[in-house]
Parts: sequence; structure tokens; C-alpha cells
Amino acid sequence: MDPKELKRERLIKRIAQELPDGALVNLGIGMPTMVGNYVPADRTILLHSENGFTGLGPAASKDKINQSIVNAGGQPVTILPGGAFFDSAMSFAIIRGGHVDYTVLGALEVDMEGNLANYMIPGKMVPGMGGAMDLVAGARNVIVAMEHVNKNGAPKILKKCSLPLTAKGEVDLIVTDMAFIRVTKKGLVLEEIAEDTTVEEVVKATEAPLHIAGTIRKF
Amino acid sequence: MKPILTADKAVENINDGCTLMVSGFMGCGNAFTLIDALIRKGTKAINLITSDTAYPDVGVGRIICQNRAATLTASHIGTNPVSGQKMNSGELKVTLVPQGTLAERMRSKGAGLGGVLTPTGVGTAVEEGKQKLNIGGKDYLLELPLGANFAFIKAEVADKYGNAFLPGATKNMAVSMAMAADHVIVEAGQIVEPGELDPEKITIPGVFVSALVKAVLPASNVQVKP
Repeated sequence: MDPKELKRERLIKRIAQELPDGALVNLGIGMPTMVGNYVPADRTILLHSENGFTGLGPAASKDKINQSIVNAGGQPVTILPGGAFFDSAMSFAIIRGGHVDYTVLGALEVDMEGNLANYMIPGKMVPGMGGAMDLVAGARNVIVAMEHVNKNGAPKILKKCSLPLTAKGEVDLIVTDMAFIRVTKKGLVLEEIAEDTTVEEVVKATEAPLHIAGTIRKF
Repeated sequence: MKPILTADKAVENINDGCTLMVSGFMGCGNAFTLIDALIRKGTKAINLITSDTAYPDVGVGRIICQNRAATLTASHIGTNPVSGQKMNSGELKVTLVPQGTLAERMRSKGAGLGGVLTPTGVGTAVEEGKQKLNIGGKDYLLELPLGANFAFIKAEVADKYGNAFLPGATKNMAVSMAMAADHVIVEAGQIVEPGELDPEKITIPGVFVSALVKAVLPASNVQVKP
């Protein structure tokens, strides 16, 4: 596995450890989807697919495609025993009503007040927010999974988001290839760092000020 | 009993400038037969309301790609690049609505409500021009009801009273749309006699349904990305 993949796997594994047994979880498209593969063996989580079911299972193999079951990315998937189908109004009632325990999703930018920008870049990428705004506003715990810096090496954890917001003040946890950061009322608290980095390196790669926890664990 | 029509007959009165809801999610659950008949009829300047615009030339995506829509209200257009191109060129006026808000705006229309109060979009561009209310210490946006002249719904089975069963994840926006639109056309894989569909397993009560059409195109909507 190339180093980038390994770092990605590490942060995904770390997020998976945060999810308690029995949690109802919605995973965003892309890297967050992989979190489901790393849930510790002694726990069972239930995945929610915002287009209309709980019990989201693995991708459907070519010979087992059911034309009526796709995930939120439109890909053919399976439903696990114990799952339930419902319509969009119910699905988003589950989301907004605080019945989804955790949502894990990517970010373009996140800031020290827990603001999140992940759905558009004006003039460049305007795909629409889909269910992201509802998920971030409604889920009990919002976990951002992303690379610590962007393609050009610039920080993505900012004092203030510059891109249009997906939601205001809703992010609880930011987990990157470098750090595990909790969003608190007093600001961002660095609690853990990746095993191949230092607190200094994390601070340097972060625009927002970081409170450093008394004991920094490694992951 | 509801009229059972051919697809061409069912879309006969869907004219230029109408507002049309099409249920489905990334093509999953689109009414392919009705969409095909509407394209054939040549209706233009449609005000289209849909969850997303699927893929180019798949299901509801065809209404965009064949230049039949004047406005689009949707939550996501990223999987159909043509929607974005037309939005940028000004050819298509696009209103992006959070997915849950879209469902509730339609549901509230059909439920006789004056709108819904939602926390979704507070502090974002979505709140622009909307009334904000503080209820119990929390801010909510007032989102108004959304109706349409017509809705296209895809069902697996419908009985002659219009009661419809929609399997799996094809329910998505269909229930809200069936409630919200004036004329609801259900395209069903099977149309059965009253009593043959278990009343315990109805996704959409026939009370919302105006007409039935037998599906002739298969639901080959699901695409595996390479």
C-alpha cells in the first residue's frame, strides 16, 4: 500500500473506534464510506442511507444487483438483515430529529467554530448540497474525515471558512492523516497525533489556533 | 377506480411551461416509460422538481439533456454534468434545496400545512431571503410548501384504485410528490385488481393518484460506475 493510502487507512480506523456498539451512522461518499469496514469486531453499527433505508450493506456484486436498492451515491448495494426501507420524508426526519448518532463526512474547509464547508466552490464546483446540510445540522455527532492540508499543502483547518458553509457550528470532531481534534466551546483541542508526526508539525499545518491537550496520545 | 392509460395518453395534457415532479434517486425509481412519452410529446420549458438529475440520458436526466426544462429545483446535480453546464450558461435556472427540505416542502403542500420550520441551512446561503424563527432557543428557517401540476411516480405494483407499492429505495421522494402534485401519474410494472395488493403494504394510498400507466420500459436505471 502506498504511504498516502496507509495514512488514509489509519485515520479511517481511528474514526471507526469512535463509533459505539449499536450506533446509527451515516457515512458520506468517498473516504468516509470506508469507515464501515474498520468497525471493531465486538461492535455492530447500523448504517443509514439517506435515500431511504437503514441496514446499508456492502456493494452488490454484478450478478446480485437489485434495481431498487442503491446507496446515496447511486451505486447498487445490499441491505442487511434487520434493515428497513422508508421514503425521503421519513429518512430526513430520522436525520433532523437527532436519531442518527454519527455522521462522517469529508470537508473542503472546517474552522475553529465548528463551521463546515464541503458542498461547493463558487464558479468551479456547484453540485448541490444533497443531504449534507440536513445531516450536519441533524446528526448528534458530526465527524469530519479529511487530509490535514489541501493539494497545495495549504491548511484546511482555518480560523474562518472562506467557502460557502454547509452548516454553522455543527462539527464535533476533526480526524485527519495528522491529527485528532475536538471542537469545543473554547476552540479546537488537539487530543491525538498520528504516529509519524509531531505536535509542532500539526500546529504548523493548521491555520486555526490549537489548544494542546495535557496528554497527547498517538494513533 | 382510476383510469388506466397509455403513456402517450397520460402525458397528453402536460404542456409547455408546466411544473412537473419526477420521483427517483440517481435514476433509481424514475418512471422511464412516462419520461420517454413526455420526451416524445415534445413538451418544453418544464419547471422540473426532482431529487437529482440522475445521469446524462438516464431517466429524468433526459429531460435536462434534451433541453426540455426551463427551471430545475433539486438537491443534487453533480452526477449529470449537463445540468451544471446549462446552469452556468444561464439556459437552466437552478434552485438547489437541501434534500430533506425538498421532501418536507412537498409533503407540507400535500398535508395542507403552511410550510415547515427546519434547522437545516441556518447560517448558510440557504437562509437568504427566508424568514427565521427562534423556537425554544433554536433558530429555524421557514420553508414554504412546494406543489406541481403533475408528478411521475414509479411503482412495482398498483391496484385499480391507485394504491401503489414501491419497493426498496425507490420510495425516496415519491410519497411526498404524490401528496403535493395536482395530477399524479403512477407507472406500474403490474396493475392488479383491488384486493390483490395487501392493504398493509401500500406505500402510496390511491387517494393521491390520478391515473395509472403500465410500465413498458424496464427499470434498468442502476449503473455500475467503472
